[in-house]
Amino acid sequence: MAQTLVLRPERPDPEALLRRVQAEEERERRGKLKIFLGYAAGVGKSARMLDEGRRRKERGQDVVVGATQLETNPEVKALLAKLEVIPLRMADGIPVMDVEAVLRRAPYVCLVDGLAHDNPPGCSNGHRWQDVEQLLEAGINVIATVNLQYIEEERERVAEIRGRQVKESVPQAFISRAEEIEVVDASPESCLELDQADPCGEADRARREQQLAQLRELALLLAADVVDHQLERYLQAHGIELWSAQERFLVWITPYAEAGPMLESGRRNAHRFHGELIAAYVASPDIAPAEKAVLDRNLALARDAGATIEALDGEDPAETILDFARARGVTQIFAARGGAANWWDRVLGGPVDHLIRDAEGMDVRIFPPVTAPAHASLGV
Amino acid sequence: MTGANPRSPKLVSMDTLLSQEERPRMAEPAPRGRLKILLGYAAGVGKTYKMLEEVHELKKQGVDVVVGYFEPHGRKDTMARVEGLEVMTRRQIEYRGVTFEEMDTDAILRRHPQCCAVDEFAHTNVPGSERNKRWEDVHVILAAGIDVITTMNVQHLESLNDQVWQFSGIRVRETIPDWVVQQADEVVVVDLPPDALLNRLKRGVVYTPEKARLATQNFFKESTLVALRELALRQTAHEVDVRYAAQETQKPAVAEASVAGPPALSAETQDKILISVTADPASAGLIRRGKRVADYLHADCFVAFVHSQPDLADLPPAERLAVEKHLNFARNLHIETRILEGKDVAQTLVDFARVNRVTQIFLARPRKLPRLALLRPSLVQQVVHLARDMQVTIVAERHRSTAAVEREV
Repeated sequence: MAQTLVLRPERPDPEALLRRVQAEEERERRGKLKIFLGYAAGVGKSARMLDEGRRRKERGQDVVVGATQLETNPEVKALLAKLEVIPLRMADGIPVMDVEAVLRRAPYVCLVDGLAHDNPPGCSNGHRWQDVEQLLEAGINVIATVNLQYIEEERERVAEIRGRQVKESVPQAFISRAEEIEVVDASPESCLELDQADPCGEADRARREQQLAQLRELALLLAADVVDHQLERYLQAHGIELWSAQERFLVWITPYAEAGPMLESGRRNAHRFHGELIAAYVASPDIAPAEKAVLDRNLALARDAGATIEALDGEDPAETILDFARARGVTQIFAARGGAANWWDRVLGGPVDHLIRDAEGMDVRIFPPVTAPAHASLGV
Repeated sequence: MTGANPRSPKLVSMDTLLSQEERPRMAEPAPRGRLKILLGYAAGVGKTYKMLEEVHELKKQGVDVVVGYFEPHGRKDTMARVEGLEVMTRRQIEYRGVTFEEMDTDAILRRHPQCCAVDEFAHTNVPGSERNKRWEDVHVILAAGIDVITTMNVQHLESLNDQVWQFSGIRVRETIPDWVVQQADEVVVVDLPPDALLNRLKRGVVYTPEKARLATQNFFKESTLVALRELALRQTAHEVDVRYAAQETQKPAVAEASVAGPPALSAETQDKILISVTADPASAGLIRRGKRVADYLHADCFVAFVHSQPDLADLPPAERLAVEKHLNFARNLHIETRILEGKDVAQTLVDFARVNRVTQIFLARPRKLPRLALLRPSLVQQVVHLARDMQVTIVAERHRSTAAVEREV
């Protein structure tokens, strides 16, 4: 097979280069953040964090514990005994992390359990994640734990799954900025065994197990997204053509055919593959009112399907769509039959033929016409 | 060929195909052991260590558990972790004058513990072993009612073979069909950020120095590790999804809690995917891709080869071998296969699809498509033209990403 070596034609512009250098410097100065992400209480986040602290200490790093949970199991207690702990401070009768004490102590690494804790009024920061931000600013590395259920952007979905809302939260942007994220995974069964707080019947147990399975899926996907962004950054920084483990579906919208079923299928595929859905059209200046109406309807449907919408400019529609798809790392293009069935299209092949012929490295899925054949029976 | 008379494919309904596939599994009487897979994305992320930790935990709980096979890789931490555990001796197998050591499945069956830890699920046994693959040994152990905890890396999954090649340039030979993993009761990811893994590699925890240097040129390139890790996380999420969806359909009483997505088989139209294979080597990738899409969409899936005769006897030997290889490959992935008899390939395919209410036909994109569509249309163009009432998916062969190519320069 012929080996195509595709190098990115565009070079990074000087502005972007400067921004990158500045960001680089900023990163050097700041402490590094590592997060252990779990989907429920009892998966073993605290133990994993403390165990990493212990190993680092054994390798000679200056490690302290800045905050721990109050109720701990024997494994966690044993690990804590091996580490230097900076005691929590009481604020308004509530124990909070003693940020000042940690800053004075200025360790190389600080371990912070339960990133989502809220501080009572009167503390300089309202949230523990802001305390951590302060430590990072001061150049202290932080290893922290967080439960998926407390991530701001996930709260609504979590509440739907669990049937109750949690109060505290951490913004996802804070999680995404972490240098490292590590998933602490365990089967839902093993979490339930630890969950002695609610001894429950068979049906209850099954329901809990399902809730946990859904939370677990959310946590894995969140971590995968963070990793995907890391990959993208890495590839871009090294000028390597975009590649992703994520499926990206591109629905090609035109003013000539109803895109409803394509978009519905795109939505379902994107959902099942936990992928991205993009709807793109090639803008044309001379468009009849009837066609404009179809296009607008299609765009409204695309928005409903949760697609990112892109208007493209280009002479040759198929070529424009393909260029865009390549740049975005699209894995599948959805296209409808249709377009003008001119005599030269019949001989040379229409836009769909063109798409199939030139879509190297991508799948093309051709959809049946939606409306009556009289309107849509056009050459492919 | 399996199933009904291949001469008259139009009489075979999809329902019979499905029930044929389901039947052997339903018929299993004995209480099978539970299978748990610890899924990682590279050597050194801590799968074996985690497996041994779980064995210790089970032992503490009073479970009769043994280590059936483990690979210390000369790692100190791992070696220390096996202390105090019952480790089964290995079986010596002589092959071409060299002695190999394999898991002693018979000894495990005789010992018959409640649970058995088996490292490296994807391992291929040395010729002369009773079974080809370690996962087949594990199936024997499970069938005897023994629980198994095992380890594997995501790149060993058959359906990811092309993707892994695409970004790493490495063709993984030891693969596990997806259905084997899907049958596991639990899949748990063993995660570690690539930086930490590369650090371990540098500190000599994973490999000896010279082996480590070689490793950083292969799977241990940073971009490859990040990509593999993403695959492992997504795959585990998918495994959770599949199990959760299966539970959902079994127990409609508790289905109300479903919000993470639409339940598996609601009002949504059920997809049926027909994969059209030929002697072209691109067929293998096409089968993998079609099966993967079918799995994600919870769709039925089958593979067809169209030929003018009811069997392959008259094909030139090389072509016949290639077609048989592809049909066998599909069957190994638990896909039903058919030989359809017909002179006109496109017409036969589309007729069969229509009768069986197929929603999507999968075809491989030919290397070269004629520019003059009307004069000599390719199979793809003919099918697209004929199957106006279906979706037609043209699967392109993946070329390697520059990330993979760059490495070889």
